[in-house]
Amino acid sequence: MTAPVLEVRNLTVDFRSRHHSVTALRDVSFSLGAGRTLALVGESGSGKSVSSLSIMGLLPRNGEITGGAIVYRRKNGGELALNGLSQRAYRNIRGAEMSMIFQEPMSSLNPLFTVGDQIGEMLMLHSDLDAAARRGRVLEMLELVEIPAAASRLDSYPHELSGGMRQRVMIALALVCNPALLIADEPTTALDVTIQAQILDLMRRLQHELGMSILFITHDMGVVAEMADDVAVMYAGTIVESATAGDLFANPSHPYTRGLLNSIPRPGRDPGQRLVPIPGTVPSLSAMPPGCAFAPRCGWAGEECRKPVVLEAFHTGHDVACFKTREVAGNA
Amino acid sequence: MAGTSFAGEPKFLDLLFSRRAVPVALAIFVLILTLCVFAGFIAPSDPDRMSVRSRLTPPGADFWLGADAFGRDVLSRLLYAGRVSLGIGLGVALISSVIGIAIGLSAGFFKRLDGALSRLIDAMMAFPDILLAIALVSILGGSMVNVIIALSIVYAPRIARIVRASTLVIRELPYVEAARALGSSTLSIMFNHVLRNILSPIIVQGTFIFAYAMLAEAGLSFLGVGVDPSTPTWGTMINEGRQYIDQAAFLIFIPGIAISVSVLSLQLIGDGLRDAMDPRLAKEL
Repeated sequence: MTAPVLEVRNLTVDFRSRHHSVTALRDVSFSLGAGRTLALVGESGSGKSVSSLSIMGLLPRNGEITGGAIVYRRKNGGELALNGLSQRAYRNIRGAEMSMIFQEPMSSLNPLFTVGDQIGEMLMLHSDLDAAARRGRVLEMLELVEIPAAASRLDSYPHELSGGMRQRVMIALALVCNPALLIADEPTTALDVTIQAQILDLMRRLQHELGMSILFITHDMGVVAEMADDVAVMYAGTIVESATAGDLFANPSHPYTRGLLNSIPRPGRDPGQRLVPIPGTVPSLSAMPPGCAFAPRCGWAGEECRKPVVLEAFHTGHDVACFKTREVAGNA
Repeated sequence: MAGTSFAGEPKFLDLLFSRRAVPVALAIFVLILTLCVFAGFIAPSDPDRMSVRSRLTPPGADFWLGADAFGRDVLSRLLYAGRVSLGIGLGVALISSVIGIAIGLSAGFFKRLDGALSRLIDAMMAFPDILLAIALVSILGGSMVNVIIALSIVYAPRIARIVRASTLVIRELPYVEAARALGSSTLSIMFNHVLRNILSPIIVQGTFIFAYAMLAEAGLSFLGVGVDPSTPTWGTMINEGRQYIDQAAFLIFIPGIAISVSVLSLQLIGDGLRDAMDPRLAKEL
């Protein structure tokens, strides 16, 4: 594998409020190889979005990176430490080198500007193309994201487009400057299932054609199976299991991962078999249990689970943060 | 839908005029403005010429809109007064909007400035409008320009408060976050993404301020701190006519109608502008 495009090492992020501070990310490490897709999976509040916002430098004012490093390999090969980068420097790489698409295609576009203008603004910010060249490039992008009758859509306003079309426009907007890294924060959650499949197909095809790396944030294991090369499962601000997608689905070795997989229907299951939900809820960040954060909800938990647990290699390329890995995996 | 795209972008003016009241209101407002600007050529007589014999003459052949308590021609005074009143109204509406937008956007956008600026807005709004205006005019001295400056300062907090509130809402919308994630600068976000989306309430408030300013100017003149009292304004004409309301009610109705008609037409124009600038509404017209 070539050098990773993005490497996050031991990232810790704290959020301060007036009286206390909570740790939203604890010692999170992952790396995203060139041209690969890494899925960050987890429930709401597990720290997926905080991870992506830290990478983009868009943490809210009360959030602070208190430890670790985020290293991005630029298109020209140079390494860039993203934590501690000035806002000005960030602006130059956002959109140009790393882009992001969001969950709500319905409200992620400015209602007062045409689609063409909004995509064109990106080129105005990050290239020296003149107006005619920009328009040509925008048209090219709209065709690339398979918008029918692209030429007549240039002057459409967002409200004239359907949700799926708007998400295609968002993708065009994010990719018009050929970024090396695309962060997709639940890009299909707000869409119909059929449209979801189209958008995922589109993203896979574009990744293939443009050679970008994708950090895919989702809570949907089905989408993970569809999209990801590598998977990192997050729980309560830490990564509890990370492996290649094939390995993870074949040998889920953390109780939480197994719980996630058991709680969704899969073809080939015995029709009478009930889905198994994970009991309880994610602990509040300000009231973390000692030791393994998942222990209170875990059927395998024992005495040793009260001690701090770290991510360790279970076998090559498959890391798990659990004392009971062997029992869990053996039970598969 | 697609039809408009093929026919080219719908023209701004077409959109503006597709609301039927707008061309009428625009015509009326331009007519009033023209009549007042060219008062020197149009007015039938000198607005200051007095004639005791014709005092309080009702509208008729000699005096189309009657004569006031000093026998001065109301029509001529109305036209000359319009220059000052409209000038003050428009000037205050524009300047207070600019100041209000600057303060409101900064307060809404930069958390660090918000506390100080919001307290300043609250403090200024706690003063009765007219009292603050009197204080400012007394400091600056009485002239039309100073009255405009003073009233602009008085009304700017109203705009600022609306702009701040709207900015706080728009700032958190996903498309603003998306613009930031895709590399837009703070200034571009402030003006392209936030200001453009809060123009409607600003325009509506601006037309209100236009009306308030004309009335406040009358109050200032009445209290002797406004424009030079010998200069007629619509507000002072109403004030002077007040004493004769039982004998010659037209003295207050005529300038009153002038104020109402210009405010109404400006508000209709403002509504039209607001709709024409919003592509979502424009489609339905």
